[in-house]
Amino acid sequence: MSTAPLTDKRPSTLRGASLPKWSPWAIAAGSVALAVGIGLAAALDSKVQWGLIAALLFVFGTYGIAARVEGRRQAKDRVATSLVWVCFIVAVVPLASLIWETVKRGVKAFDLYFLSHSMGVVADNEPGGGIYHALLGTLEQVGIATLISVPIGVLTAIYLVEYGRGKLARAVTFFVDVMTGVPSIVAGLFILSFWILILDMGYSGFAGALALSILMMPVVVRSTEEMLKLVPNELREASLALGVPKWRTIIKVVLPTSIGGITTGVMLAVARITGETAPVLLLVWGTNFINNNPFSGPQASLPLYIYRQYSAGTEVAYDRAWAAALALIAFVMILNLAARGIARWKAPKTGR
Amino acid sequence: MDISTQNTEAPPPTPPRSTAVHKRTARGATRPGDRIFLGLSRGSGILLLVIMAAIAVFLTYRAALAISKDDANFLTAFEWNTNLEPPTFGIAVLAFGTVVSAIIAMALAVPVAVGIALFITHYAPRRLGGPIAYVIDLLAAVPSIVYGLWGAIVLVPHMTGLFGWLDHYFGWTGIFEWQGGAPRSMLTVGILLAIMILPIITNVSREVFRQAPQMHQEAALALGATRWEVIRMSVLPFGRSGVISASMLGLGRALGETMAVATVLSPTFDISASLLDPGGGTFAQNIASKFNEATTFGQDALIASGLVLFVITLLVNGAARMIINRRKEYSGANA
Repeated sequence: MSTAPLTDKRPSTLRGASLPKWSPWAIAAGSVALAVGIGLAAALDSKVQWGLIAALLFVFGTYGIAARVEGRRQAKDRVATSLVWVCFIVAVVPLASLIWETVKRGVKAFDLYFLSHSMGVVADNEPGGGIYHALLGTLEQVGIATLISVPIGVLTAIYLVEYGRGKLARAVTFFVDVMTGVPSIVAGLFILSFWILILDMGYSGFAGALALSILMMPVVVRSTEEMLKLVPNELREASLALGVPKWRTIIKVVLPTSIGGITTGVMLAVARITGETAPVLLLVWGTNFINNNPFSGPQASLPLYIYRQYSAGTEVAYDRAWAAALALIAFVMILNLAARGIARWKAPKTGR
Repeated sequence: MDISTQNTEAPPPTPPRSTAVHKRTARGATRPGDRIFLGLSRGSGILLLVIMAAIAVFLTYRAALAISKDDANFLTAFEWNTNLEPPTFGIAVLAFGTVVSAIIAMALAVPVAVGIALFITHYAPRRLGGPIAYVIDLLAAVPSIVYGLWGAIVLVPHMTGLFGWLDHYFGWTGIFEWQGGAPRSMLTVGILLAIMILPIITNVSREVFRQAPQMHQEAALALGATRWEVIRMSVLPFGRSGVISASMLGLGRALGETMAVATVLSPTFDISASLLDPGGGTFAQNIASKFNEATTFGQDALIASGLVLFVITLLVNGAARMIINRRKEYSGANA
């Protein structure tokens, strides 16, 4: 990173006048104090408005003071710096609030009972009930989707890296890229039109899993492809030189070398589809009861459960929705952290 | 993402299609094991293409069933009554709402995301930059339904103050007029979408900025440029196409977002000039909220609107990929 040479501000006789190091902090403190004063005087009740006023005062104050002392160019530099800081803080507030609120409101209804019971015969305005049926549904649907998309995704990546040349490979690469951008609801509509409306198979967890696997495949292909490209060519050549057939080289040498990265990619893809609501809403339909069989009848799923509890609109239902959101975030974050852990631990040594 | 980070840092991977490997292929492919394996892997690649084609074909087929019975003009009608005889429905409102909310989201998210990306690569203290990037990576993984729940319960009440202020000072423009209803309007949706796509755009932009040639930056510094001048002269021009494609990826996400819009918006089927009054709708939100009551014909009509969404996102993503592919050094695919 380039911060080291850029922040080197040793005093030098060649430099013009410059503000002391503590000046940004002083200006920030001054503008916050002034903003609070203005806010109190004008009786603005929203703290957000106070914050905005403070940010504006800070930016203009910095420019004014720096322009007087250091000149226009330095002043512009300082304004850019403060704008970048403001951007960062503006973005951190909602994102931090998201995590904070989910945890704070989620722990209210979150306990062992919540994890081990379904919503069967629990009315919207009654406390109690839980996410067992939804957890089960999500695990089954995501499991089936993973079973479908990992072999196809990994084989496609192998084709692209080890065999792919010419038009077909280029087309596959392009459409895999485009496929990553297919909105989840469109994937759901496709399975709806094909599986439910034309083949007349009825709503089931499996239909949802089909849509999820469409969303998962391109992610698996991309990450596996990147990992296979990192495998040093010398390994392949050594194996081939010993007379090992190409397919055994791929299975015994290339895949084991990159297995850590592939696992990471798969886990990130699983984390991504676990949170998908739209296809599940269209295809799995949702139920309050436990349905162990993903192949027949409506199932529940965690994201869908959150949506249904939110739509129910009562206080206790909101509590359940937050608790389920906490469970979902925890699941996704654990998968992410584990995936990154594996990536770091098993990263192919590329001589860096 | 860590994956793309590793790639981009690694020395340009020697493409395995180098001659040594492929001369072998020609002979190796005659073995039965090789032929089966090649068939399997090529088959999976073809299967992916078939799925993409099937999505287009099946959606078009069901959409055609619905549109052929539509009494109104599908593209311009302001109604969605699929249960009438004859049914009348059109996507004008949805197209308007989708575009408007996406534009608001982009206008808010892109500058802030570029700012954060610059913050991480060039401004933050070195010890802070890494962890911040890591946390933003994680935030990109938060499911959209959680954003929706947070938006509907936490963000919406906080918007009242901003709406009152906008109405008071900018109400005369007509765009920011507010009748005082619950702030579940297009502007709120746009703000929530902006928050959602922020991590994605930040991640890709950060990757690009980090690869800006160190030599250019040091040369500019040596000529006495300030840090901002270095960024404006060497980092931003280098990263421009990357930022554009990152924004397009974010745009694709914003256009297709379902749950966050469905929870926050209180939809009506008309177009209002004001962004603050409740109303409007988006393609994905309309599908999600109308689906449970829809008959088979109603579902076909929703599929028709989904087809339009599919085509739009296809164009946006295709364009983004074209831009990315012109500069192969980085890839936003894992974002």
